Amino acid sequence: MSDRNMDLHKCPMPVQDADARNKNFEEVALGYTYDMAVNEAKRCLNCKKKPCVSACPVNIDIPAFIECIASEKPENAYDILSEQTSLAAVCGRVCPQESQCEGKCVRGIKGEPVGIGRLERFAADYHAEHNKNPQKKPKYNGHKAAIIGAGPSGLTAAGDLAKKGYQVTVYEALHLPGGVLVYGIPEFRLPKAIVQREIENLKEIGVEIVTNMVIGKILTIDELFEMGNEAIFIGSGAGLPRFMNIPGESLKGVYSANEFLTRINLMKAYQEDSKTPIQKAKRVAVVGGGNVAMDAARCAKRLGAEEVFIVYRRSMNELPARKEEVEHAEEEGIVFKTLHNPTEIHGDENGNVSGMTCVRMELGEPDAGGRRRPIVIENSEFRIDLDCVIMAIGTSPNPLIRTTTPGLEANQHGCLIVKEETGETSRKNVYAGGDAVTGAATVILAMGAGKTAADAIDKALS
Amino acid sequence: MFRIISKELLNPTVSKMVVDAPLIAKKAEPGQFIIVRSRNDSERIPLTISDFDREAGTVTIIYQLVGGSTMELDTLKKGDELCDFVGPLGKPSHTEGLKKVAVIGGGVGCAIAYPITKKLHEQGCEVHSVVGFRNRELVILEKEFEKASDRFFMMTDDGSYGEKGLVTDALERLLTEGNTYDEVIAIGPLIMMKFVCLTTKKYNVKTIVSMNPIMIDGTGMCGGCRLTVGGETKFACVDGPDFDGHQVDFDEAMSRGQMYLDFEKHTREALCRLQKEEC
Repeated sequence: MSDRNMDLHKCPMPVQDADARNKNFEEVALGYTYDMAVNEAKRCLNCKKKPCVSACPVNIDIPAFIECIASEKPENAYDILSEQTSLAAVCGRVCPQESQCEGKCVRGIKGEPVGIGRLERFAADYHAEHNKNPQKKPKYNGHKAAIIGAGPSGLTAAGDLAKKGYQVTVYEALHLPGGVLVYGIPEFRLPKAIVQREIENLKEIGVEIVTNMVIGKILTIDELFEMGNEAIFIGSGAGLPRFMNIPGESLKGVYSANEFLTRINLMKAYQEDSKTPIQKAKRVAVVGGGNVAMDAARCAKRLGAEEVFIVYRRSMNELPARKEEVEHAEEEGIVFKTLHNPTEIHGDENGNVSGMTCVRMELGEPDAGGRRRPIVIENSEFRIDLDCVIMAIGTSPNPLIRTTTPGLEANQHGCLIVKEETGETSRKNVYAGGDAVTGAATVILAMGAGKTAADAIDKALS
Repeated sequence: MFRIISKELLNPTVSKMVVDAPLIAKKAEPGQFIIVRSRNDSERIPLTISDFDREAGTVTIIYQLVGGSTMELDTLKKGDELCDFVGPLGKPSHTEGLKKVAVIGGGVGCAIAYPITKKLHEQGCEVHSVVGFRNRELVILEKEFEKASDRFFMMTDDGSYGEKGLVTDALERLLTEGNTYDEVIAIGPLIMMKFVCLTTKKYNVKTIVSMNPIMIDGTGMCGGCRLTVGGETKFACVDGPDFDGHQVDFDEAMSRGQMYLDFEKHTREALCRLQKEEC
């Protein structure tokens, strides 16, 4: 194509004004218009090597879908996305593109990479808006599979298996399907209507979702086999939140990020008429530097907090959160106290949080993971006055299934052990993926694991 | 949806509901709990399973009207459906090998203490039970306890029924009489469990308590139900709800239980107003 767009910068994403959005829960990024999308798509050089594809955990043919948008056939773009993902509208919004597809884009060598995530979102939203044809239910292939957990990995495995003709039942412990997409990621980053839409799409192709089913308690893995399932995928997700084991973590006003976000997202505590309570704190510290920490901080701000701090022991460069989330958080007035580490949380006479002592840190030599190790600066203690502390320092996998399934091996952290190329666990025909295997990671990695397992299940059974 | 098979008022603030939940009934064991949401905009609340019938496929819950959620639950009648009913959650109470046990129940906690008492009795264990209530009007499950116990003591704070005094008075008497128990199982208000533990500690009798902290998912995800037990953080939903009472930090649990008191008070008042208006 001759009319490539050689602009060094991405077409900017329209967003809600920072001062307005930090007071509401509506979506921050508004999405490209048709013209913006076509214009941005033309920045893709459609290069032969496709480095972006190699960096995509679910192998989307990125140049091909972008080419469809550039040539103004957005519906075809969606078809290409659908070959590899059941959750394009979600991925477009929450994937860490800068460390995946966009991180490898040749346009990024000089200038900004192509806005692949934004274009994916556009194609998915365009399809949702314009396509009213129900999907065809694939022909039943005579095989039955059960999926545990209706989060990103489980829904992906379910979608892929259903497309291959499997009769798939997804068992979800909570009262709503979606996993972290509904209980964790806030409305302003991923509207719940979009998650619902993706789930309806799966139901349309025959996926059955049963809520309120805590597998390991109400039914065991062995019983799922007795019910005629030939393969089982465990995507039970993140489990117990980690705490720092510093004094004061049991004070009123100390939340795990899981609890804080679940109250807000799943239970809608931010809405006036919600029956689930949440503390409307004035001065909040969120400990941690990942996406979950950014989500918690931005939620706290939206609930009316005057000051919200991110307390992180490394520097801005090491923050594991998506770049866009960090930028959005800064714009919204979140204060980053990087190279800080809490040592104690203080309470008042009623057991409510009143402050936190932190020490200052500096970066030393790189650790085993290659990140520079934070070291405490002697005599650098100081106190911040607070009324709420949110711990967003990770989770360990949910213990329910591994403790109720004989023969299912887990490592010392409680993560299920699987064969990397198939996702198969130590039990035959039992597969696993997502946070249950990796510990807290990203939506897209979980989806990739669900996809790998679905392929492996199909190979094993056919 | 989970149909309510029957509903009965046990006293002015405590109701009993039998719910059609065959899969849960098949697996439930004493000591486990369910999470209930009465309507699709309700809070998720944990309630301990007070009885179950595997053949009939029913699970019984007994709840006290303490806040907005239980008041809302109580508006449902026989034949209505509960929006969500999840379980059986938590670890079952350990009863294996117990030969002589004292079960202490306080108030609505008796609803949880009863199925354990029954199970112990059925397995041939000698059971001494002590139940306590504020007054006669609040007494529940008296006959059931009596039937399942070798010795039974009824205590009321004001002496309007049974003996005047606290459950710890009767327990202390049993212990000074020279009774040696494999375990004391105490279920009731935190303050009661705390004092039962202080009593049994003197006699060095292992004591199990059932904790019922604030919880959201109940499956080991939110961390809201954390407690300090033996200096370590434990989660009532997956590590409990039963814990070694001598290790539990009750003062911390009591403080954490107060977290949403103002909110609860507010919803309760709003609901009362609404109900008055409807009348």
